[in-house]
Amino acid sequence: MTAIAIARTTDLFAAVMLSGIYGLVSASFFVALDAVDVAFTEAAVGAGIFPLLMLVVLGVTGRYEKTALKPQKAALMKKVAVVITMVITGGLLILGTMDMPAFGDPEAPAQQHVNIRYIEQSPEEIGIPNMVTSVLASYRGYDTLGEVLVIFTAAMGVLALFSSQLFVTRKLSVKIKKDDMHDHNVLRIVSKILIPLILLFAFYVQFHGEYGPGGGFQAGVIFAAGIILYTMLYGLDKARQVIKPGVLRVLCALGVFIYGCTGVVSMLSGGNFLDYSVLASDPIIGQHLGILVIELGVGITIAAGMILIFFAFSHQAESQLGEE
Amino acid sequence: MFFDLYNYWIVFVLMMIGLYMVINQSNLIKKLIGLNIFQTSVFIFYISVGKVNGGSAPIFSSTETLYSNPLPHVLILTAIVVGIATMALALALVVRIKKAYGTVEDSELQEKDPKC
Repeated sequence: MTAIAIARTTDLFAAVMLSGIYGLVSASFFVALDAVDVAFTEAAVGAGIFPLLMLVVLGVTGRYEKTALKPQKAALMKKVAVVITMVITGGLLILGTMDMPAFGDPEAPAQQHVNIRYIEQSPEEIGIPNMVTSVLASYRGYDTLGEVLVIFTAAMGVLALFSSQLFVTRKLSVKIKKDDMHDHNVLRIVSKILIPLILLFAFYVQFHGEYGPGGGFQAGVIFAAGIILYTMLYGLDKARQVIKPGVLRVLCALGVFIYGCTGVVSMLSGGNFLDYSVLASDPIIGQHLGILVIELGVGITIAAGMILIFFAFSHQAESQLGEE
Repeated sequence: MFFDLYNYWIVFVLMMIGLYMVINQSNLIKKLIGLNIFQTSVFIFYISVGKVNGGSAPIFSSTETLYSNPLPHVLILTAIVVGIATMALALALVVRIKKAYGTVEDSELQEKDPKC
Protein backbone atom coordinates (compact mmCIF):
# COMPACT_ATOMS: atom_id res chain seq x y z
CA MET A 1 0.00 0.00 0.00
CA THR A 2 2.95 2.20 0.73
CA ALA A 3 4.15 1.28 -2.73
CA ILE A 4 1.17 2.97 -4.37
CA ALA A 5 1.80 6.15 -2.41
CA ILE A 6 5.43 6.10 -3.55
CA ALA A 7 4.34 5.76 -7.16
CA ARG A 8 1.91 8.67 -6.87
CA THR A 9 3.92 11.33 -5.12
CA THR A 10 6.05 13.77 -7.04
CA ASP A 11 7.93 14.90 -3.96
CA LEU A 12 11.01 12.73 -4.06
CA PHE A 13 11.80 13.38 -0.41
CA ALA A 14 8.44 11.92 0.58
CA ALA A 15 9.02 9.02 -1.79
CA VAL A 16 12.32 8.19 -0.12
CA MET A 17 10.81 8.37 3.35
CA LEU A 18 7.95 6.15 2.25
CA SER A 19 10.39 3.64 0.83
CA GLY A 20 12.02 3.53 4.26
CA ILE A 21 8.67 2.61 5.76
CA TYR A 22 8.18 0.11 2.96
CA GLY A 23 11.47 -1.53 3.91
CA LEU A 24 10.41 -1.81 7.53
CA VAL A 25 7.03 -3.27 6.58
CA SER A 26 8.62 -5.88 4.36
CA ALA A 27 11.05 -6.73 7.16
CA SER A 28 8.16 -7.49 9.50
CA PHE A 29 6.58 -9.45 6.68
CA PHE A 30 9.69 -11.62 6.54
CA VAL A 31 9.51 -12.26 10.29
CA ALA A 32 5.95 -13.46 9.81
CA LEU A 33 7.23 -15.83 7.13
CA ASP A 34 9.87 -17.30 9.52
CA ALA A 35 12.79 -15.70 7.72
CA VAL A 36 14.42 -13.97 10.66
CA ASP A 37 17.85 -13.64 9.07
CA VAL A 38 16.37 -12.03 6.00
CA ALA A 39 14.26 -9.70 8.12
CA PHE A 40 17.39 -8.52 9.90
CA THR A 41 19.08 -7.66 6.65
CA GLU A 42 16.04 -6.02 5.13
CA ALA A 43 15.48 -3.88 8.23
CA ALA A 44 19.06 -2.62 8.13
CA VAL A 45 19.22 -2.16 4.36
CA GLY A 46 15.65 -1.28 3.35
CA ALA A 47 14.89 0.98 6.27
CA GLY A 48 18.43 2.14 6.99
CA ILE A 49 21.03 2.38 4.28
CA PHE A 50 18.83 2.69 1.19
CA PRO A 51 16.89 5.81 2.31
CA LEU A 52 20.05 7.45 3.65
CA LEU A 53 21.86 6.88 0.36
CA MET A 54 18.86 8.19 -1.54
CA LEU A 55 18.75 11.31 0.63
CA VAL A 56 22.35 12.12 -0.15
CA VAL A 57 21.69 11.69 -3.86
CA LEU A 58 18.64 13.93 -3.60
CA GLY A 59 20.89 16.57 -2.13
CA VAL A 60 22.71 16.55 -5.47
CA THR A 61 19.88 16.07 -7.93
CA GLY A 62 17.13 18.16 -6.42
CA ARG A 63 14.06 17.35 -4.44
CA TYR A 64 11.15 17.70 -6.79
CA GLU A 65 10.24 15.74 -9.81
CA LYS A 66 9.43 17.94 -12.78
CA THR A 67 5.88 17.63 -13.95
CA ALA A 68 4.60 18.82 -17.29
CA LEU A 69 2.51 21.94 -16.77
CA LYS A 70 -0.41 20.75 -18.86
CA PRO A 71 -1.05 17.05 -19.23
CA GLN A 72 -0.02 16.38 -22.78
CA LYS A 73 -2.03 14.00 -24.81
CA ALA A 74 0.97 11.87 -25.72
CA ALA A 75 1.89 11.45 -22.07
CA LEU A 76 -1.65 10.41 -21.25
CA MET A 77 -1.67 7.92 -24.08
CA LYS A 78 1.59 6.52 -22.86
CA LYS A 79 0.22 6.15 -19.37
CA VAL A 80 -2.86 4.29 -20.60
CA ALA A 81 -0.71 2.02 -22.74
CA VAL A 82 1.58 1.27 -19.79
CA VAL A 83 -1.32 0.51 -17.47
CA ILE A 84 -2.86 -1.83 -20.04
CA THR A 85 0.47 -3.62 -20.41
CA MET A 86 0.72 -3.89 -16.63
CA VAL A 87 -2.75 -5.40 -16.31
CA ILE A 88 -2.08 -7.92 -19.08
CA THR A 89 1.32 -8.94 -17.69
CA GLY A 90 -0.01 -9.15 -14.14
CA GLY A 91 -3.01 -11.15 -15.31
CA LEU A 92 -0.83 -13.62 -17.18
CA LEU A 93 1.45 -14.02 -14.17
CA ILE A 94 -1.52 -14.70 -11.90
CA LEU A 95 -2.85 -17.16 -14.45
CA GLY A 96 0.55 -18.84 -14.32
CA THR A 97 0.28 -19.34 -10.56
CA MET A 98 -2.83 -21.49 -10.87
CA ASP A 99 -0.62 -24.57 -11.01
CA MET A 100 1.64 -23.43 -8.21
CA PRO A 101 1.46 -25.19 -4.85
CA ALA A 102 -0.65 -23.49 -2.20
CA PHE A 103 0.94 -21.07 0.23
CA GLY A 104 2.68 -22.91 3.10
CA ASP A 105 2.09 -26.36 1.66
CA PRO A 106 4.64 -28.78 3.22
CA GLU A 107 4.32 -31.09 0.17
CA ALA A 108 5.41 -28.41 -2.31
CA PRO A 109 8.32 -29.33 -4.60
CA ALA A 110 10.46 -26.58 -3.13
CA GLN A 111 10.28 -28.35 0.22
CA GLN A 112 11.29 -31.77 -1.15
CA HIS A 113 14.87 -31.93 -2.35
CA VAL A 114 18.00 -30.42 -0.83
CA ASN A 115 15.93 -28.82 1.88
CA ILE A 116 15.41 -32.12 3.70
CA ARG A 117 19.12 -32.71 3.87
CA TYR A 118 19.80 -29.18 5.08
CA ILE A 119 17.25 -29.49 7.84
CA GLU A 120 17.96 -33.04 8.96
CA GLN A 121 21.71 -33.28 8.49
CA SER A 122 23.15 -29.84 9.01
CA PRO A 123 22.93 -29.80 12.84
CA GLU A 124 25.06 -32.97 12.90
CA GLU A 125 27.32 -32.25 9.93
CA ILE A 126 28.12 -28.64 10.67
CA GLY A 127 27.33 -28.61 14.34
CA ILE A 128 25.64 -25.23 14.51
CA PRO A 129 21.96 -24.66 15.13
CA ASN A 130 21.30 -21.85 12.64
CA MET A 131 20.67 -23.65 9.37
CA VAL A 132 20.71 -20.44 7.38
CA THR A 133 24.27 -19.78 8.45
CA SER A 134 25.42 -23.30 7.73
CA VAL A 135 23.89 -23.27 4.24
CA LEU A 136 25.24 -19.79 3.56
CA ALA A 137 28.76 -20.34 4.75
CA SER A 138 29.39 -24.01 4.22
CA TYR A 139 27.12 -25.78 1.73
CA ARG A 140 26.90 -22.82 -0.59
CA GLY A 141 30.21 -21.18 0.24
CA TYR A 142 31.01 -20.65 -3.45
CA ASP A 143 27.89 -18.57 -4.02
CA THR A 144 28.61 -16.45 -1.01
CA LEU A 145 32.17 -15.86 -2.14
CA GLY A 146 30.79 -14.72 -5.48
CA GLU A 147 28.34 -12.37 -3.84
CA VAL A 148 30.98 -10.83 -1.63
CA LEU A 149 33.02 -10.23 -4.76
CA VAL A 150 30.04 -8.54 -6.43
CA ILE A 151 29.72 -6.16 -3.51
CA PHE A 152 33.43 -5.46 -3.58
CA THR A 153 33.23 -4.75 -7.30
CA ALA A 154 30.23 -2.47 -6.84
CA ALA A 155 32.05 -0.47 -4.19
CA MET A 156 35.05 -0.14 -6.49
CA GLY A 157 32.74 0.87 -9.33
CA VAL A 158 31.22 3.66 -7.27
CA LEU A 159 34.68 4.90 -6.37
CA ALA A 160 35.73 4.75 -10.02
CA LEU A 161 32.70 6.77 -11.10
CA PHE A 162 33.46 9.49 -8.60
CA SER A 163 37.11 9.87 -9.42
CA SER A 164 37.22 12.00 -6.35
CA GLN A 165 39.60 13.55 -3.92
CA LEU A 166 38.18 11.34 -1.21
CA PHE A 167 41.53 9.89 -0.27
CA VAL A 168 43.35 13.17 -0.22
CA THR A 169 43.13 14.80 3.17
CA ARG A 170 41.47 18.12 2.68
CA LYS A 171 42.85 21.29 4.16
CA LEU A 172 40.87 21.98 7.28
CA SER A 173 40.68 25.69 6.56
CA VAL A 174 38.21 25.02 3.75
CA LYS A 175 35.12 25.00 5.84
CA ILE A 176 31.81 24.39 4.19
CA LYS A 177 29.05 26.43 5.65
CA LYS A 178 27.46 24.71 8.57
CA ASP A 179 24.00 23.44 7.89
CA ASP A 180 21.29 23.13 10.48
CA MET A 181 21.85 19.44 11.02
CA HIS A 182 25.15 20.02 12.79
CA ASP A 183 23.53 22.21 15.41
CA HIS A 184 20.71 19.91 16.35
CA ASN A 185 21.31 19.19 20.00
CA VAL A 186 18.58 16.63 20.45
CA LEU A 187 19.74 14.63 17.46
CA ARG A 188 23.35 14.78 18.54
CA ILE A 189 22.69 13.58 22.06
CA VAL A 190 20.29 10.84 21.06
CA SER A 191 22.69 9.61 18.41
CA LYS A 192 25.57 9.72 20.86
CA ILE A 193 23.67 7.26 23.00
CA LEU A 194 22.48 5.16 20.09
CA ILE A 195 25.58 4.79 17.92
CA PRO A 196 27.70 2.78 20.40
CA LEU A 197 24.75 0.48 20.96
CA ILE A 198 24.29 -0.01 17.22
CA LEU A 199 27.95 -0.86 16.79
CA LEU A 200 27.92 -3.20 19.78
CA PHE A 201 24.83 -4.88 18.42
CA ALA A 202 26.59 -5.34 15.10
CA PHE A 203 29.40 -7.22 16.82
CA TYR A 204 26.91 -9.36 18.71
CA VAL A 205 25.16 -10.22 15.45
CA GLN A 206 28.50 -11.00 13.85
CA PHE A 207 29.70 -13.48 16.43
CA HIS A 208 26.39 -14.92 17.47
CA GLY A 209 25.35 -15.72 13.91
CA GLU A 210 25.89 -19.42 14.37
CA TYR A 211 23.42 -19.76 17.21
CA GLY A 212 20.79 -17.15 16.58
CA PRO A 213 19.75 -15.16 13.55
CA GLY A 214 22.66 -13.11 12.25
CA GLY A 215 25.99 -13.38 10.51
CA GLY A 216 28.45 -11.40 8.47
CA PHE A 217 25.99 -9.87 6.03
CA GLN A 218 23.67 -8.53 8.71
CA ALA A 219 26.48 -7.40 10.98
CA GLY A 220 28.18 -5.62 8.10
CA VAL A 221 25.14 -3.57 7.17
CA ILE A 222 24.24 -2.78 10.78
CA PHE A 223 27.77 -1.59 11.48
CA ALA A 224 27.76 0.49 8.32
CA ALA A 225 24.39 1.99 9.27
CA GLY A 226 25.85 3.10 12.59
CA ILE A 227 28.81 4.82 10.95
CA ILE A 228 26.59 6.36 8.27
CA LEU A 229 24.34 7.81 10.95
CA TYR A 230 27.42 9.35 12.52
CA THR A 231 28.48 10.80 9.19
CA MET A 232 25.04 12.28 8.58
CA LEU A 233 25.04 14.05 11.93
CA TYR A 234 28.62 15.17 12.35
CA GLY A 235 29.63 15.70 8.75
CA LEU A 236 32.01 13.87 6.49
CA ASP A 237 35.14 15.59 7.74
CA LYS A 238 34.72 14.33 11.30
CA ALA A 239 33.81 10.86 10.13
CA ARG A 240 36.89 10.73 7.95
CA GLN A 241 39.01 11.52 10.94
CA VAL A 242 37.46 8.59 12.78
CA ILE A 243 37.81 6.14 9.90
CA LYS A 244 40.24 6.86 7.12
CA PRO A 245 38.90 6.09 3.63
CA GLY A 246 42.25 4.60 2.70
CA VAL A 247 41.97 2.14 5.56
CA LEU A 248 38.45 1.29 4.46
CA ARG A 249 39.65 0.56 0.96
CA VAL A 250 42.21 -1.88 2.30
CA LEU A 251 39.69 -3.47 4.67
CA CYS A 252 37.21 -3.92 1.85
CA ALA A 253 39.73 -5.94 -0.10
CA LEU A 254 41.00 -7.70 3.03
CA GLY A 255 37.59 -9.25 3.69
CA VAL A 256 37.48 -10.87 0.25
CA PHE A 257 41.09 -11.94 0.75
CA ILE A 258 40.33 -13.64 4.07
CA TYR A 259 37.44 -15.49 2.48
CA GLY A 260 39.49 -16.67 -0.48
CA CYS A 261 42.42 -17.67 1.70
CA THR A 262 40.20 -19.84 3.86
CA GLY A 263 39.33 -21.73 0.72
CA VAL A 264 42.96 -22.07 -0.30
CA VAL A 265 44.02 -23.16 3.18
CA SER A 266 41.39 -25.88 3.22
CA MET A 267 42.65 -26.98 -0.19
CA LEU A 268 46.24 -27.09 1.07
CA SER A 269 45.16 -29.19 4.04
CA GLY A 270 43.84 -31.81 1.67
CA GLY A 271 40.18 -30.96 1.30
CA ASN A 272 38.16 -29.27 -1.40
CA PHE A 273 38.06 -25.50 -1.89
CA LEU A 274 36.05 -24.06 1.02
CA ASP A 275 35.67 -27.45 2.69
CA TYR A 276 36.24 -26.54 6.33
CA SER A 277 36.14 -30.04 7.78
CA VAL A 278 39.89 -30.41 7.27
CA LEU A 279 40.82 -27.20 9.06
CA ALA A 280 40.98 -28.89 12.45
CA SER A 281 41.41 -32.45 13.65
CA ASP A 282 37.69 -32.71 14.36
CA PRO A 283 35.47 -31.92 11.31
CA ILE A 284 32.87 -30.16 13.47
CA ILE A 285 35.46 -27.87 15.04
CA GLY A 286 36.90 -27.30 11.56
CA GLN A 287 33.49 -26.27 10.28
CA HIS A 288 33.03 -23.93 13.24
CA LEU A 289 36.38 -22.33 12.62
CA GLY A 290 35.85 -22.00 8.89
CA ILE A 291 32.43 -20.42 9.25
CA LEU A 292 33.66 -18.02 11.91
CA VAL A 293 36.54 -16.88 9.73
CA ILE A 294 34.62 -16.43 6.50
CA GLU A 295 31.75 -14.68 8.30
CA LEU A 296 34.36 -12.29 9.60
CA GLY A 297 35.63 -11.77 6.05
CA VAL A 298 32.10 -11.15 4.81
CA GLY A 299 31.38 -8.73 7.65
CA ILE A 300 34.54 -6.72 7.03
CA THR A 301 33.97 -6.42 3.30
CA ILE A 302 30.31 -5.46 3.61
CA ALA A 303 30.84 -2.90 6.36
CA ALA A 304 33.84 -1.32 4.67
CA GLY A 305 32.20 -1.40 1.24
CA MET A 306 28.98 0.24 2.42
CA ILE A 307 30.77 2.95 4.39
CA LEU A 308 33.06 3.60 1.44
CA ILE A 309 30.10 3.93 -0.93
CA PHE A 310 28.42 6.32 1.44
CA PHE A 311 31.58 8.37 1.90
CA ALA A 312 31.97 8.64 -1.86
CA PHE A 313 28.41 9.88 -2.23
CA SER A 314 28.51 12.41 0.55
CA HIS A 315 31.89 13.66 -0.59
CA GLN A 316 30.39 14.18 -4.02
CA ALA A 317 27.42 16.01 -2.53
CA GLU A 318 29.60 18.24 -0.39
CA SER A 319 31.94 19.20 -3.18
CA GLN A 320 28.91 19.99 -5.33
CA LEU A 321 27.59 22.29 -2.61
CA GLY A 322 30.99 23.83 -2.30
CA GLU A 323 31.05 24.75 -5.98
CA GLU A 324 27.69 26.48 -5.94
CA MET B 1 -8.19 -23.54 -2.67
CA PHE B 2 -8.23 -20.49 -4.90
CA PHE B 3 -7.35 -18.15 -2.08
CA ASP B 4 -4.41 -20.30 -1.01
CA LEU B 5 -2.45 -18.55 -3.70
CA TYR B 6 -2.83 -15.06 -2.29
CA ASN B 7 0.91 -14.70 -1.59
CA TYR B 8 1.59 -14.73 -5.32
CA TRP B 9 -1.00 -12.03 -5.90
CA ILE B 10 0.66 -9.68 -3.44
CA VAL B 11 3.97 -10.32 -5.16
CA PHE B 12 2.55 -9.59 -8.60
CA VAL B 13 0.75 -6.43 -7.52
CA LEU B 14 4.01 -5.11 -6.06
CA MET B 15 5.91 -6.23 -9.12
CA MET B 16 3.53 -4.41 -11.44
CA ILE B 17 3.71 -1.20 -9.39
CA GLY B 18 7.47 -1.40 -9.63
CA LEU B 19 7.41 -2.07 -13.36
CA TYR B 20 4.95 0.79 -13.87
CA MET B 21 7.31 3.15 -12.11
CA VAL B 22 10.28 1.99 -14.12
CA ILE B 23 8.48 2.45 -17.44
CA ASN B 24 6.30 5.46 -16.87
CA GLN B 25 8.26 7.73 -14.56
CA SER B 26 10.52 10.13 -16.27
CA ASN B 27 12.65 10.91 -13.22
CA LEU B 28 15.62 8.56 -12.97
CA ILE B 29 15.57 8.43 -9.17
CA LYS B 30 11.92 7.50 -9.26
CA LYS B 31 12.75 4.75 -11.71
CA LEU B 32 15.32 3.38 -9.28
CA ILE B 33 12.84 3.40 -6.40
CA GLY B 34 10.50 1.48 -8.71
CA LEU B 35 13.26 -0.99 -9.42
CA ASN B 36 13.71 -1.40 -5.68
CA ILE B 37 10.03 -2.22 -5.23
CA PHE B 38 10.25 -4.72 -8.06
CA GLN B 39 13.25 -6.29 -6.38
CA THR B 40 11.47 -6.57 -3.04
CA SER B 41 8.54 -8.29 -4.69
CA VAL B 42 10.91 -10.99 -5.93
CA PHE B 43 12.33 -11.31 -2.41
CA ILE B 44 8.84 -11.79 -1.00
CA PHE B 45 8.14 -14.37 -3.70
CA TYR B 46 11.13 -16.49 -2.73
CA ILE B 47 10.53 -16.24 0.99
CA SER B 48 6.86 -17.10 0.67
CA VAL B 49 7.74 -20.17 -1.40
CA GLY B 50 9.99 -21.32 1.43
CA LYS B 51 7.31 -20.95 4.10
CA VAL B 52 5.87 -24.14 5.57
CA ASN B 53 2.59 -24.03 7.48
CA GLY B 54 3.22 -24.58 11.18
CA GLY B 55 6.96 -24.47 10.63
CA SER B 56 9.29 -22.31 12.67
CA ALA B 57 12.37 -20.28 11.82
CA PRO B 58 15.17 -22.60 10.62
CA ILE B 59 17.24 -22.53 13.79
CA PHE B 60 17.65 -25.95 15.32
CA SER B 61 16.03 -26.48 18.69
CA SER B 62 15.04 -29.59 20.53
CA THR B 63 11.39 -28.63 20.83
CA GLU B 64 10.71 -28.00 17.15
CA THR B 65 10.54 -30.53 14.38
CA LEU B 66 9.12 -28.58 11.45
CA TYR B 67 11.13 -25.74 9.93
CA SER B 68 10.71 -23.43 7.00
CA ASN B 69 13.05 -23.91 4.07
CA PRO B 70 16.43 -22.30 4.81
CA LEU B 71 17.64 -22.21 1.19
CA PRO B 72 15.50 -19.29 -0.08
CA HIS B 73 16.46 -17.38 3.06
CA VAL B 74 20.13 -17.73 2.20
CA LEU B 75 19.60 -16.69 -1.40
CA ILE B 76 17.55 -13.62 -0.51
CA LEU B 77 19.74 -12.59 2.40
CA THR B 78 22.68 -12.21 0.08
CA ALA B 79 20.51 -10.79 -2.70
CA ILE B 80 19.41 -7.90 -0.48
CA VAL B 81 22.97 -6.84 0.24
CA VAL B 82 24.03 -7.30 -3.39
CA GLY B 83 20.92 -5.32 -4.34
CA ILE B 84 21.89 -2.32 -2.25
CA ALA B 85 25.43 -2.42 -3.63
CA THR B 86 24.27 -2.45 -7.25
CA MET B 87 21.68 0.20 -6.39
CA ALA B 88 24.51 2.37 -5.12
CA LEU B 89 26.28 1.89 -8.43
CA ALA B 90 23.12 2.98 -10.28
CA LEU B 91 22.79 6.03 -8.05
CA ALA B 92 26.40 6.90 -8.76
CA LEU B 93 25.61 6.80 -12.48
CA VAL B 94 22.62 9.09 -11.87
CA VAL B 95 24.81 11.57 -10.07
CA ARG B 96 27.24 11.52 -12.97
CA ILE B 97 24.38 12.06 -15.43
CA LYS B 98 23.20 15.01 -13.40
CA LYS B 99 26.72 16.43 -13.53
CA ALA B 100 27.09 15.93 -17.26
CA TYR B 101 23.62 17.02 -18.42
CA GLY B 102 22.25 19.04 -15.51
CA THR B 103 19.07 17.02 -15.29
CA VAL B 104 17.80 13.62 -14.23
CA GLU B 105 14.57 13.69 -16.25
CA ASP B 106 14.44 11.14 -18.99
CA SER B 107 12.59 13.38 -21.46
CA GLU B 108 14.98 16.29 -21.06
CA LEU B 109 17.94 13.96 -21.43
CA GLN B 110 16.63 12.83 -24.79
CA GLU B 111 16.21 16.41 -25.96
CA LYS B 112 19.76 17.25 -24.99
CA ASP B 113 21.29 14.19 -26.52
CA PRO B 114 19.15 12.82 -29.36
CA LYS B 115 21.57 9.99 -29.97
CA CYS B 116 20.70 8.11 -26.81
